[in-house]
Amino acid sequence: MITTVAQLRRGQKGIIKEFADGILPIKLLELGCLPGNEIELVQVAPLKDPIYINVNGTHIAIRRSMAALIELEIIEDSPL
Amino acid sequence: MSKQIKVALIGNPNTGKTSVFNQLTGLKQKVGNYPGITVEKKEGVCKLPRGVKAHILDLPGTYSLNTTSLDESVVVELLLNKNDKDFPDVAVVISDVENLKRNLLLFTQIKDLKIPVILVINMADRMSRTGISLDIELLEEKLDTKIALVSTRKGTGIDRIKELIADYKNLSISPNVDTTVIAPDYFDKLKATFPKEDLYKLWLVITQDVNFMPIEKNPITIAASFATKSKSELKRLQQKETILRYQFINGILKQAYKVDINAAKGLRATLDKVLTHKIFGYLIFFVILLTIFQAIYDWSSYPMDFIDESFASASEWVKDTLPPGVFTNLIAEGILAGIGGIVIFIPQIAFLFLFIALLEESGYMSRVVFLMDKLMRPFGLSGKSVVPLISGTACAIPAIMATRTIENWKERLITILVTPFTTCSARLPVYLIIIALVIPEGRFLGLSYQALTLMLLYLMGFGAAILSAMILNKIMKIKSKTFFVMEMPNYKLPLIKNVVYTVWEKTKSFVLGAGKIILAISIILWFLGSNGFSDDFENAESIVTEQIKTQGFSDFNKSNIESSMASYKLELQDSLNQKVYALDQAAISDSLKTKEMALNEKATNQEIASYKLENSYMGYMGKAIEPVVRPLGYDWKIGIAVLTSFAAREVFVGTLATIYSVGSDEEDTIKNRMAAEMDPKTKKPLFNLASGISLLLFYAFAMQCMSTLAIVKRETNTWKWPAAQLVFMSLFAYIVALIAYQILK
Repeated sequence: MITTVAQLRRGQKGIIKEFADGILPIKLLELGCLPGNEIELVQVAPLKDPIYINVNGTHIAIRRSMAALIELEIIEDSPL
Repeated sequence: MSKQIKVALIGNPNTGKTSVFNQLTGLKQKVGNYPGITVEKKEGVCKLPRGVKAHILDLPGTYSLNTTSLDESVVVELLLNKNDKDFPDVAVVISDVENLKRNLLLFTQIKDLKIPVILVINMADRMSRTGISLDIELLEEKLDTKIALVSTRKGTGIDRIKELIADYKNLSISPNVDTTVIAPDYFDKLKATFPKEDLYKLWLVITQDVNFMPIEKNPITIAASFATKSKSELKRLQQKETILRYQFINGILKQAYKVDINAAKGLRATLDKVLTHKIFGYLIFFVILLTIFQAIYDWSSYPMDFIDESFASASEWVKDTLPPGVFTNLIAEGILAGIGGIVIFIPQIAFLFLFIALLEESGYMSRVVFLMDKLMRPFGLSGKSVVPLISGTACAIPAIMATRTIENWKERLITILVTPFTTCSARLPVYLIIIALVIPEGRFLGLSYQALTLMLLYLMGFGAAILSAMILNKIMKIKSKTFFVMEMPNYKLPLIKNVVYTVWEKTKSFVLGAGKIILAISIILWFLGSNGFSDDFENAESIVTEQIKTQGFSDFNKSNIESSMASYKLELQDSLNQKVYALDQAAISDSLKTKEMALNEKATNQEIASYKLENSYMGYMGKAIEPVVRPLGYDWKIGIAVLTSFAAREVFVGTLATIYSVGSDEEDTIKNRMAAEMDPKTKKPLFNLASGISLLLFYAFAMQCMSTLAIVKRETNTWKWPAAQLVFMSLFAYIVALIAYQILK
């Protein structure tokens, strides 16, 4: 199964994998959402959506549907 | 003018760009719109060393030159168009020390356009707290630019910016990154086709439309006809470009930028935990909303009452001082009343924007959006629509101005269009008097029917807003990006100066923008109400006096005078009995006579005013629309009141007072008079349950506020939307009121 940002638990981190071109809006890339960068799930909104992530030092909120497009490799044993 | 250095401030949102602008220009700012679009344009003048002046243009915040919104396309279009009168001699890129990496992306793009660029690194005061150290000299060398390290909070570094601007001719204009390496073949072909053009500029022109369809755009001469690549290919190249730029930036920052990780975090994490908590988050937001509501509804009533009284007495003073005539009346009842109608909104607008500025500046607003986004999404609204919708319950005017914080144009437009449905405070006087008249006293589960009706009216307003938002969301075909990416900025203590500027600017833009229209309409309404073409109007005074002589006063006034006299007699007798003062019989009858004369004179004046209004243009209009309002259960008098309510809903009560020739300052008298009004055909009370409910519903839904229309015109830059609001809301109100009356009668 593919792991995406949408599956992260709060406080969990991952490294963004290569993703297919043109899926993600350019805005997200500009904010640092690029392959190889670390991404952390900071908060989840009370209604489970949107989510609030820290990628490459930038804090942004995105909707779950978009998060499901960002593939990553979870860094295990992250302290909760 | 031509001697001024033209400067453009460019930067990511939340970097303190506006603070830098405020510090450079002080209050010498001009805020307007870019022609044809609703993007705000801020300009100002700054004095530089050695007597030189700079014209500073504060461009909308943007993350890059890859346009995805109207705001960003304004920036790109300006930077691509050398012939634009605002094309900068020098660009100042504002960055924030904590997000330097991301900010530099935009910097390198502008640098590659071969425009002289100065880099401002703002929020230097946070460096020690966040454990950041910078090698400025190395950065200047690697980025091939000049850097000003600034703290707008402490006011340091601003002079350095000014010096660098004055010295802009010494800046290097060589590019940072060679973009052509992302697709050498493609760029070679481009160069062969347009040998004279700059390649990076061409690239930006070609990719401008890839992510975004601007609503209106100036055609750029080199058309995007060079479509040898598909959109998705171009998008891929844009990604490549972004990665390439980040590689360049990372390489530099590795040497020049150090962060001590242990020093960071802390406050932000703690605050986020509380403010976006599933219970406390909403609770805190609710308390903040309550405070805003209280401020607009309650606190602002003090200055508003004061303004109201001041203008009323100013109007009296003008009437007493100037020689009577049309001109005096125009000043007293048209112009002064019109200006009063504008000024009265200032306290509410100022209060709302005080709070909004505080919420925005502190970084809290993003958390509100984060909390509310999911809730509002099904209705085509954004998390940011919440504040306008709630503040609409006080007044739609500041609420509509507050929609400026919504970046997505479709969401913003929907919010603007539905906000007037929420029950504003001007509807309240109308609701209260009609509810008191037609809703029976009595209780249901301990709650009075009258209170329940009022609550129901509020709920209906919200319901109508939400429902119409949903419908608009379905039917409006506006291309706007559906993706949602929002930066969650760090928490900051709001800068008082920025807050004050915001409040000042919004208030000014209301007074100057919507104010003109409000003034014009109120003068027209005054003219229609106080002029007539018939002899009846001209000779109103003699006709009414004659009528009173032969037939006496109207029944209501007659009984009103009788009862007033009776109670006065009793009062007089009481004080005589208690020996407050001793009077002989002659004095008593004198005093009674004076009282009666005063009452008679008042009644005469009221009947003249009533007769005049009946025979004015407005009166004729009321009679003309009677067939239209008859099915709703109204007569021509209510028709007039509905028409004049267009100035502002609360005018309804005052107009009815004039028509029924009673003093508008005696609320109980108006109510009694309304209760006594009979339908000439059925001989039943005109204000009954059916017509009352019909009126309540009409006022709940109809667009009857010229000030709101004026502000919608200002905010959407076209008469199309306010016209649509006027037609649809009024039509809807008419149909609902019609159904209600026909069922209940």
